[in-house]
Amino acid sequence: MSSLEERKAAVLEEFSMYDEWLDKYEYLIELGKSLEAYPESEKTDDKMIKGCQSRVWLNHWMDGGKLYFGADSDAIITKGIISLLIRVYSGATPAEIAADDFAFIADLGLKENLSPTRANGLVSMMETIRKTAEGYE
Amino acid sequence: MNAKEIRDRFPALQRSVHGRPWVYLDNAATSQRLQAVLDCWMEMNIQKNANIHRAVHTVAVEATEAFEFTRDFVASLLHASREEIVFTSGATASLNLVASCFGEAFIGEGDEILVSEAEHHSNLVPWQMLCARKKAVLKPVRIENSGALLPDTLEKCISERTKIVAISHISNVLGIINPVKDLVAVCHRKGIPVLVDGAQGMVHQAVDVADLDCDFYVFSGHKLFAATGTGVLYGKKKWLDRLPPYMGGGEMIETVRFSGTTYAAAPGRFEAGTQNIASIPTLVPALEFLHTVQQDAETVSEQQAITAYMLDALQSDERIRLYGVPRRTEEKIPLFSFTVTGAHHEDLALILDKMGIAVRSGQMCAEPLMDRFGVTGMLRASFAPYNTMEEAVYFMQSLNKAIKMLV
Repeated sequence: MSSLEERKAAVLEEFSMYDEWLDKYEYLIELGKSLEAYPESEKTDDKMIKGCQSRVWLNHWMDGGKLYFGADSDAIITKGIISLLIRVYSGATPAEIAADDFAFIADLGLKENLSPTRANGLVSMMETIRKTAEGYE
Repeated sequence: MNAKEIRDRFPALQRSVHGRPWVYLDNAATSQRLQAVLDCWMEMNIQKNANIHRAVHTVAVEATEAFEFTRDFVASLLHASREEIVFTSGATASLNLVASCFGEAFIGEGDEILVSEAEHHSNLVPWQMLCARKKAVLKPVRIENSGALLPDTLEKCISERTKIVAISHISNVLGIINPVKDLVAVCHRKGIPVLVDGAQGMVHQAVDVADLDCDFYVFSGHKLFAATGTGVLYGKKKWLDRLPPYMGGGEMIETVRFSGTTYAAAPGRFEAGTQNIASIPTLVPALEFLHTVQQDAETVSEQQAITAYMLDALQSDERIRLYGVPRRTEEKIPLFSFTVTGAHHEDLALILDKMGIAVRSGQMCAEPLMDRFGVTGMLRASFAPYNTMEEAVYFMQSLNKAIKMLV
């Protein structure tokens, strides 16, 4: 099982292959479309993340001392970004996540490429992941 | 004047976004600034910076003259008298002022206030806050599926408890010109005053408050090429004279004693504290330019051609649902809100941004209207006289490309 840092590095390397915004967006759209289905019953208000133009739902569960995340959005580019976040943070221990610098989105170059409203939504999404992890520490 | 000649007067339009000429289609949120507005603002700060209405020195007198000339100018443009023009920081501030002061004087428990379903939050939340304070009731007036607000529908909502009606001249989402004169007449027949939110209306119509006969009319400067932080409240003298002050402070007083204070007459009573003295005078060059553009045959026909082209392009695409469908093209301003089957408004806006196009996406400060149409948001393209037909065509081409990427 890879570590949080290793998964981050892998995603960053994959994403760095795309120079043009068009390719980046097409990749995110593809990721969004192929994200594992999120159960409708989990689309409750307490699992909805504020700060997005689009709606985002984030769910989590513990298994063998590790945190796992499931998420969904009605906007596909957001969903693609979510899919990257899940790939990186799912399977990490709460301590690993709590110690993370959460610079991942900025490192991907998405924070500056996406609108401030969107960036704020991403920030709230990562904050929710961090708080969830801190809650288990 | 053609759109290109108009463009030259807006330095902000020179910039590019993501390596492309900037196509700015978010004018209903704010317009770009006219060069003459920037010049006026600089002159106020460099040549005429002193506080108004207080001192006798030369520059204070010049600043006061510039400020008060603006009042005369706005009054004459609206066909009002100067004591009926109150300066504020924007339409939202004007609406809050009326809701608060009218509410204080005339609204009691169980009274009713009518607003349309299509109101911007700024013409809704201040009334809701008032209703909570006074235990009054805010009632929505239904609009048609086409977006039209019908006088008959409004008339049926009026009861003996109705104390004021607040409606937009043109909704910031639907872009349909409401029949304000008829709506006002319906209310006046029952003795009920009407406030008109002209945040979009003032930008696209020659407004004559004497002809409309509305009791209040409000608008912002920043949506019509003037500086940000400028707004106007027109109120009929008979109403302004009866409203209590809004904020306390300088300028709004007549005499102040510890035993009690008496207040200045309108409009001074509503202009407490130092006003936005550098920016309010920019309303003059902005409104002058707007007036010229509205009278200019070439500009008017170009705007109508853009409206006709956009209506046709959006309505002939079965994936697109347009909100605010006029019976006749003349009833629609060049503002188009729509949804696309299978494509989220935010995704579309993000992709269009990469193509250099600025549009608005989301709920557009009109959540009840989004609920009314059963959507979580829309995409909106809103045009100004500096937008060209080429931009409209480029927008539609880009929209089609964006849809292809997503669907």
